[in-house]
Amino acid sequence: MTRALPPQITGWFDSRGWSIHPHQQDMLARADAPCQLLIAPTGGGKTMAGFLPTLAELADGKHKGLHTLYVSPLKALATDIKRNLTGPITEMGLPIRVEDRTGDTSAHTKRRQRADPPHILLTTPESLALMVSFEDAHRTFAGLSRIIVDEIHALAESKRGDQLMLALSRLSSLAPGLRRVGLSATVEDPDAIARILARHPDPCEILLADPGPDPDIAMLTTEAPPPWSGGGGRYAIPAVLAEIRKHRTTLIFHNTRAQAELFFHHLWLANDDQLPIGIHHGALAREQRERVEQAMVDGRLRAIVCTGSLDLGIDWGDVDLVIQIGAPKNVKRLVQRIGRANHRYNAPSKALIVPANRFEVIECTAALEAVRAHALDGDTDHTGPLDVLCQHILIRACAGPFHADDLFNEVRSAGAFADLPRETFDRCLDFAATGGYALRAYDQWQRLIQRPDGQWQLRDPRRAARIRMNIGTIVDADKMQVRFQKSRGGAPLGEVEEYFAAMLRKGDTFLIGGQIVRFEGMRELVIEVSRTPHLKPKIATFMGTKFATSTQLSDRILEMFRHTDWPALPQHTRDWLALQRKLSRLPERDRLLVESFPHDGREHVVAYGFAGRNAQQTLGLLITKRMEELGLNPMGFVATDYATLIWGLDAPGDPTTLFSRDNLIETMTAWLADNAVMKRTFKASALIAGLIERNQPGAARKTGRQATFSTDILYDTLRKYDPDHIMLAITRAEAMRGLVDFGRIEGMLARIGDRIDHMRLPRVSPLAAPLFLEPGRVPIAGMADQRLLEAEAARLMATAGLDAVIT
Amino acid sequence: MTTLPFPFRGETLHALPTGALFWPARALLCVSDLHLGKSERVARRGGTLLPPYETIETLDRLGQDIAAMRPATVICLGDSFDDLRAAQALGEPLKARLTSLMAGRRWVWIAGNHDPGPLDLAGSHLAQYDDGPLVFRHIAEAGAIGEISGHYHPKARITLRGRSISRRCILRDDTRLILPAYGAYTGGMFCDRPELAGLMAREAEAILLAAPPIRLPMPR
Repeated sequence: MTRALPPQITGWFDSRGWSIHPHQQDMLARADAPCQLLIAPTGGGKTMAGFLPTLAELADGKHKGLHTLYVSPLKALATDIKRNLTGPITEMGLPIRVEDRTGDTSAHTKRRQRADPPHILLTTPESLALMVSFEDAHRTFAGLSRIIVDEIHALAESKRGDQLMLALSRLSSLAPGLRRVGLSATVEDPDAIARILARHPDPCEILLADPGPDPDIAMLTTEAPPPWSGGGGRYAIPAVLAEIRKHRTTLIFHNTRAQAELFFHHLWLANDDQLPIGIHHGALAREQRERVEQAMVDGRLRAIVCTGSLDLGIDWGDVDLVIQIGAPKNVKRLVQRIGRANHRYNAPSKALIVPANRFEVIECTAALEAVRAHALDGDTDHTGPLDVLCQHILIRACAGPFHADDLFNEVRSAGAFADLPRETFDRCLDFAATGGYALRAYDQWQRLIQRPDGQWQLRDPRRAARIRMNIGTIVDADKMQVRFQKSRGGAPLGEVEEYFAAMLRKGDTFLIGGQIVRFEGMRELVIEVSRTPHLKPKIATFMGTKFATSTQLSDRILEMFRHTDWPALPQHTRDWLALQRKLSRLPERDRLLVESFPHDGREHVVAYGFAGRNAQQTLGLLITKRMEELGLNPMGFVATDYATLIWGLDAPGDPTTLFSRDNLIETMTAWLADNAVMKRTFKASALIAGLIERNQPGAARKTGRQATFSTDILYDTLRKYDPDHIMLAITRAEAMRGLVDFGRIEGMLARIGDRIDHMRLPRVSPLAAPLFLEPGRVPIAGMADQRLLEAEAARLMATAGLDAVIT
Repeated sequence: MTTLPFPFRGETLHALPTGALFWPARALLCVSDLHLGKSERVARRGGTLLPPYETIETLDRLGQDIAAMRPATVICLGDSFDDLRAAQALGEPLKARLTSLMAGRRWVWIAGNHDPGPLDLAGSHLAQYDDGPLVFRHIAEAGAIGEISGHYHPKARITLRGRSISRRCILRDDTRLILPAYGAYTGGMFCDRPELAGLMAREAEAILLAAPPIRLPMPR
């Protein structure tokens, strides 16, 4: 069936001499399907393909109320789409109202949108979850006909995606016949995304657009070799500036915000030609971001230093070069970033990768090979997380009374929850209602109560406000606003994490939004700063997400190590690997290389597991726990994507027993319960599930935080008195696949079996040396801790002469 | 038990790793800010449903300290309950547990800002308790001498080789002690905040809770 486009639309295409892409035509032809997934490269007219059926259906002006909901993972994307959609709609003279609704939309507009929604509403998963929670949701969404989920590949494996799909399950009940459309960049396994997108068990049609020509991608060569360690890529600044000069507009991607800030700062110091260069990342104030976005649209910028906040398909300006600083960690993300360059169909994108340190030279080389081989990283199986379900139950309760059976069926229509057992659902419902404790303490104060007719509802309707304030699945560290002092206009600059703010003393300097500022004081929850002429900031402004290197990349690196020489690598890196082979040996895929050596008065052990940062971190925790039990006084460790370095007071003797599989699994079981990673995971899940609240009405937090206590205490208490509580089960499941990543350790252990090679060396090996410069060292709070604490206290007391003063 | 003895107003007192204070000369154990019934109060006021185990946890902890020190007198230095209704809402098993702790010794409830009125419990209910050179009350008063108080939940942060460790602590100078909160669900206030820094003399110490507790100059 070919659907005829209304003349306004065909006329508009004709007047521009444009023709409709084949995949846009296909989407239009099959617009009646309950679910469609379009896989197209960036710049393939994906968004238009998604909206064309909507424009066609709305062209006659007969539809009243909301017709199409568009959801994107980024606020900026929603704003951008509004701009790109409003233009053509006006030019076509179509009677269609388009509005966006994000966290940045004014309260007034939001209220109006619920009563009188536009034809097309552009929003984010969190804003949608909030809309679904309102009592009048059934009215707002009554005529909803299509929902477009953009950049679904970015949402598919995240809790934001899970929350979105649960909201969709609700919308499908409110608006029967709702059609779902997913737009995705190139992915390895489209079926996995289709499964998550479709209303279970509806089918989902998958359309594959022409992937376009291969990208033109290379490693940036510099005169100076990259440093041994670090992630900033500062050494490459002259070469990067030269590339900016040669191109119209360059996007410079970084893996973390802190690195982006530092790089931007140093780029400006070296920017002798005063090229217009901006910075964009998620922690900057909205005004700052919008200014950069506008300058980009106007073509006034030659380069933008950015992070994941520009990862997704925002179509700005005329980007003709993408530079990735630091190893991409994941081939899929690299391919998607590369797609940002040359946003025109059928033109190759141009990209350069800049390894940030010597090891990343190897990683980048492996990533380039993977891109050329079209090998993307596979997706892992995704089952819906229960903390998100608990929040969804609360959201559902905000909208009005419900039957447990109805909600259960609705939830199971979301692909990721299709196999959810009823018993598990009931436990989540019980948790939302009573707290789910073995000790039924809250009969009187339950959150949800069951009415005589069997429906569940909020005990106290005022509770809905609190639940709505805490919607969302992104758990960030607590943030504080940064502004210039009132006397200097009070302009907002962005935000920093609270722990960082707590470290600041008056006069300290740090980087934000590319400027060095001086900490002047804290006013309520706002950090006030002034400009400063200082050149050297106190850094580490905020954490960025640290991604673990994908299994595919690790395997490719180990494969490279088997070669006798490495002509593809720069000379300095070849020499380095050759030296490692001479003095110790190179890690191999089916063996585990363990080195031990004395250094700087301490004993050191390095295990090259190549299991990714999270798993190597877990390995560090397990091995040090084992060493603590053996009385080896471990003091700390540091983990990278490929190795774990442990230091301590005593040599481990024969470390091979430390790494034996049985030992590790046994230690794992005992350890899992009681460690910092579990506590961090517990906190995140407790926030999402609604056990604790991030935001409370009448917000002003008590000064000095006397009233708040650490979630670690809740975790310990639950473990002691209610070990079968559902929050602990959720925490374990989350940790195993997230921060603990024990799956990858098990994979590694199974692969290596008993093939552990221990090299006892007189000194640090070439491959281990950069590990000493790694940040993120984890101290062990064992007996060594109390010993050091006592020593430090004694030193302080003696220095102050205090023992003598107070008697 | 690994306690830390220290001198105060001519007496020898012991800091316990739990934050309790023991005075051997009087066989007196003092604990502050138990905040029993906190989870019940949070739920009652429309907050979240916290694990309802903090009261039993706090009483277990207190039971262990009592078993170890065998005090003749126990002083609860105020804010023993999160509010008066929380005291009433205490279930039978917990009341029985508390009664068994109180049996055979003198028990003093000092009034706090959370539990200002008399409690429906055995024991003496006082605004403050004087004994020899020492006076026990909930909130520190300006100019007091030999005063032992609670209320502020002090904690201290110390940097060890670039790493920050934060622990509850007893603050101590020539004239007063401020005890940390003993209850399971209690937060803390860093001792460099003006409320606390202003109360303590220049040469004050912080006794960090550890096994055994550790003395160091009060971080400011």
